[in-house]
Amino acid sequence: MSNEHLMLSQVSIEFPTPNGLFKALENINLNIKQGEFVSLIGHSGCGKSTVLNIVAGLYEATTGGVILDNKEVNEPGPERAVVFQNHSLLPWLTAYENVELAVKQVFKREKSKVEMAEWVEHNLSLVHMEHAMHKRPDEISGGMKQRVGIARALAMEPKVMLMDEPFGALDALTRAHMQDSLIEIQARLNNTVIMITHDVDESVLLSDRIVMMTNGPAATIGEILEIDLPRPRNRVELADNPQYNHYRAEVLKFLYERQHRPEGGAEKKSESGNITSIGKAKTKAA
Amino acid sequence: MTTQTIKMFDLTPGKLLNKLSGYAKEQADNFNLQQTLKSILVPGIAFIIFLVIWGASASQVQTSLGTLPGPVKVWQQAMVLIDEHNEERVKEERFYERQEKRNAKKLLEDPTAKVKIRSYTGKPTFFDQIWTSLLTVATGFLIASLIAIPIGIISGLSPILYGALNPLIQIFKPVSPLAWLPIVTIIVSAVYVSQDPMFSKSYLTSAITVTLCCLWPTIINTTVGVSNISKDLLNVSQVLRLGWWTKIYKIVIPSSIPMMFAGLRVSLGIGWMVLIAAEMLAQNPGLGKFVWDEFQNGSSNSLARIMVAVFAIGFVGFMLDRLMLMLQKKVSWDKSAVLR
Repeated sequence: MSNEHLMLSQVSIEFPTPNGLFKALENINLNIKQGEFVSLIGHSGCGKSTVLNIVAGLYEATTGGVILDNKEVNEPGPERAVVFQNHSLLPWLTAYENVELAVKQVFKREKSKVEMAEWVEHNLSLVHMEHAMHKRPDEISGGMKQRVGIARALAMEPKVMLMDEPFGALDALTRAHMQDSLIEIQARLNNTVIMITHDVDESVLLSDRIVMMTNGPAATIGEILEIDLPRPRNRVELADNPQYNHYRAEVLKFLYERQHRPEGGAEKKSESGNITSIGKAKTKAA
Repeated sequence: MTTQTIKMFDLTPGKLLNKLSGYAKEQADNFNLQQTLKSILVPGIAFIIFLVIWGASASQVQTSLGTLPGPVKVWQQAMVLIDEHNEERVKEERFYERQEKRNAKKLLEDPTAKVKIRSYTGKPTFFDQIWTSLLTVATGFLIASLIAIPIGIISGLSPILYGALNPLIQIFKPVSPLAWLPIVTIIVSAVYVSQDPMFSKSYLTSAITVTLCCLWPTIINTTVGVSNISKDLLNVSQVLRLGWWTKIYKIVIPSSIPMMFAGLRVSLGIGWMVLIAAEMLAQNPGLGKFVWDEFQNGSSNSLARIMVAVFAIGFVGFMLDRLMLMLQKKVSWDKSAVLR
């Protein structure tokens, strides 16, 4: 087990509320390999973002923990860069300065000034933003802001890149562009990525594995679906691919047949203990 | 107009477009002209109506110093104050000329002689007093801002500190400057003892009283501004592991600048109001003292002169607010924001 890249074991989290403790997540077990692209999918409010925030170190798990390269995660850090849903760029800095802030913070000892400037520009060109480098976030479109957000995360050379519904706020066309960009970047850099999404097509198109979450409270992993499609993937070619459509249908079935009602927590508890083998698609009904 | 419309039909599309855009531009120019006229005319008319009502009603009020002065009399007194100021300047110049000549002569007779240079000690004019007031309020406001902004930032970041400071702020905020002044006066005369004082006690007392009243709006607004920073930006700072200082000047200060300036502007407004009262009581040679002296003087011109001071106070207050607005525009990152 120790050769695993990222391990979430027995993670559960409780939040204090005026009516007592609220258990948001229970018994999340997930192992992720180096270079793997995993997406988390589930209905809104099921705790996908909470999982991501625990991995990021922004929340602390009540029980269990996260281990990255044999080190326990207990605070946020640039080796687990986050791409936030609403880009979270500093509005008073230009695209360049936003990335530069991250680069200066991460590489202040390792890189010279010139190297850092080159690195900032390199990462902005990875996301095709070299033409608008010196514009501020309010001068560029939503898709471009998210590109800068991704460039900022990439520039930190993270061990894991965490993406919290990165394209959720974008229109369908821009989203498709961004997904293609992400495929392209992923083909070059082969980062380990955890991405939250509620877009079924997006998850199948991009992921190596799709982790499907049950509804909360006390949400946990319902099924894990391995996506065995050859890369590079092309959305137009895949549209007629029966395997692709089968995967899509699997996810849809999980989301809309087994998890459509927020109730059903009682059955989940019994099943959660069984999720120990990793990497195999589990087909367990809630 | 109708012939123009008919003519348009036999134009090529390109020409038509040119023609149309020219027409639109003309329209826009007209519109701009109308806008500027409106923005000058409307307040102008309102001001004239105000002057008329003032002039008509002032003559109805009989006081121990004659009738209440109308606009004309106040204008005359304003001119008198300007003349007095110019005369005083001329006197001062002559005084220094005489002194220089005297000293030069002395040195010529005996090169080892000690030359005394005395500064002019004529009475301060109205404009000197405005200047003194500005200097005093600037001192008080500056000290207050230097204290209030850091406190505001820290208590905005730490809910515990906010909880600790909030009751104190709420208690001291509504205290009138007139209540502070005696305490400040006593403390200044007890603590600030020096053979050769750099500042007069009245100046210090007034400035400190201004400080005490300027602190609160800036503290409160800065606190609110800082505590409302988007959670996402703070998450970014955590993920990047920004140091405390970097976080403050890269994230906290830029995002709370609008609220900070809202507080600073309220503070400066309060400070300027407080100053007049403080100067009256502390006898700091500023506008407050001018008003007080004229009131004590009780000549037939006093009321008009006080009214000149009232207008001067109002005008300076307005200019101070504009100055802060300009500063905010310069400092703020969001140049498109509408500031008023």
